Amino acid sequence: MAVARPAFIDEVRQSEQFNASACMNCGVCTAICPMGLEHLPREIFRYVVLGMEDEVLKEQETVFSCLLCKLCEENCPAGVHIAENVRSLRHYFDRKAFRI
Amino acid sequence: MPLPTGDTIGILADNLRLRRSVLPIPTESAIRWTRGLDLPRGGERVLYTGLMYQLIPYIEELVKAESRLAESWLSGFTGIGRQVNKLVNVSGFMAHPTREQLETYDRIPRNVALLLKRAGVAFGALYEDDLYSGALAYDLGADETLREHAQKVYATLKRHGVKEAVTIDPHTTNMLRSVYPTLIEDYDLEVRNYLEVLSGLDLAPSRQLEGDVAIHDSCVFARYEGVLHEPRQLLEGLGLTLREPLHAGTMTWCCGGPVESLFPEKAAEQAGRRVTELNAVAERGVTMCPLCYVNLQKAANGRMRFDDISDYLIRGYEP
Repeated sequence: MAVARPAFIDEVRQSEQFNASACMNCGVCTAICPMGLEHLPREIFRYVVLGMEDEVLKEQETVFSCLLCKLCEENCPAGVHIAENVRSLRHYFDRKAFRI
Repeated sequence: MPLPTGDTIGILADNLRLRRSVLPIPTESAIRWTRGLDLPRGGERVLYTGLMYQLIPYIEELVKAESRLAESWLSGFTGIGRQVNKLVNVSGFMAHPTREQLETYDRIPRNVALLLKRAGVAFGALYEDDLYSGALAYDLGADETLREHAQKVYATLKRHGVKEAVTIDPHTTNMLRSVYPTLIEDYDLEVRNYLEVLSGLDLAPSRQLEGDVAIHDSCVFARYEGVLHEPRQLLEGLGLTLREPLHAGTMTWCCGGPVESLFPEKAAEQAGRRVTELNAVAERGVTMCPLCYVNLQKAANGRMRFDDISDYLIRGYEP
């Protein structure tokens, strides 16, 4: 059973730039990703918004496979700061999982 | 099987914190490009390399060594490797580039310095104080380490009296121009890329070049820094016919380089896809970033030839 922890989003959020909740799940990012990442960004962003920390922690490889190339962000109709949001997730992994 | 992500990031971050670069290189390799150029030390305007081109031969060799390590029984001991690396520069023992590799990547900052001189731009260099910008630590989310490093870089620039940094590659441009101001209070360094400097000078080429060239826009230039028309203006000014691949300009496709340090196989696959796109429009390609250059060149494997944009510019604008 998935466990939701509402404070999780505040632990991931590093700055005002973090806006995962602006994602409207349209799928442009998934369709356009040169790496063919299926879960990132929109599915993982949804986990963050819902506070599903365990689900996010399972996606370590996906989070670090993003090129941060911003092709998705350039075409995002909702203005989601995708690259900065992914960087925030990486920072979260660095602290929480890797103890850096 | 790639090396453990946490240990790899840990080693890179430790290196930046302890040795001022994610991959420390000998001082001689950092400054060799300045030989014979007679550049003043410091000054209000400097050509700032951020070591990006000088690092590439070492990164190439380190990736090879990592790949061998990942396939060996030692791959289970990277955590210990990280602890040892805090005391001794382990990555320094793992990377031994050839003279040819070093010369290739020294040539590019030299090209840029010669182009700026030819254009009448006055500038100095920081030699051993020309520090890596921390771009990889930023990408990997090692923010505390980066914040501390950015302060060191800025303090060094200030100590040398620098008011304007002319950068070469897109990553250093982005860090110094767009990222550092978010990390450092009262940051007031002016930052321009050399392509922006040259394109604003209305230079007359000394000779015309011919042929078709596929242009590969760097993601960071195209979508982070808005550097799009400058390289086109400079290359077309030389008479070259620029061929745009399917994904070009603000829609450009990445070379795969940003994931090279953690997932070299994924990086190579993306580079291969990009080479196919570029090769569909021309047999020669032009890049503007050392990571793009090395990744695409490697993936092309003789299918097509890549040159850094400065190699074309130096041929067209040098007397």
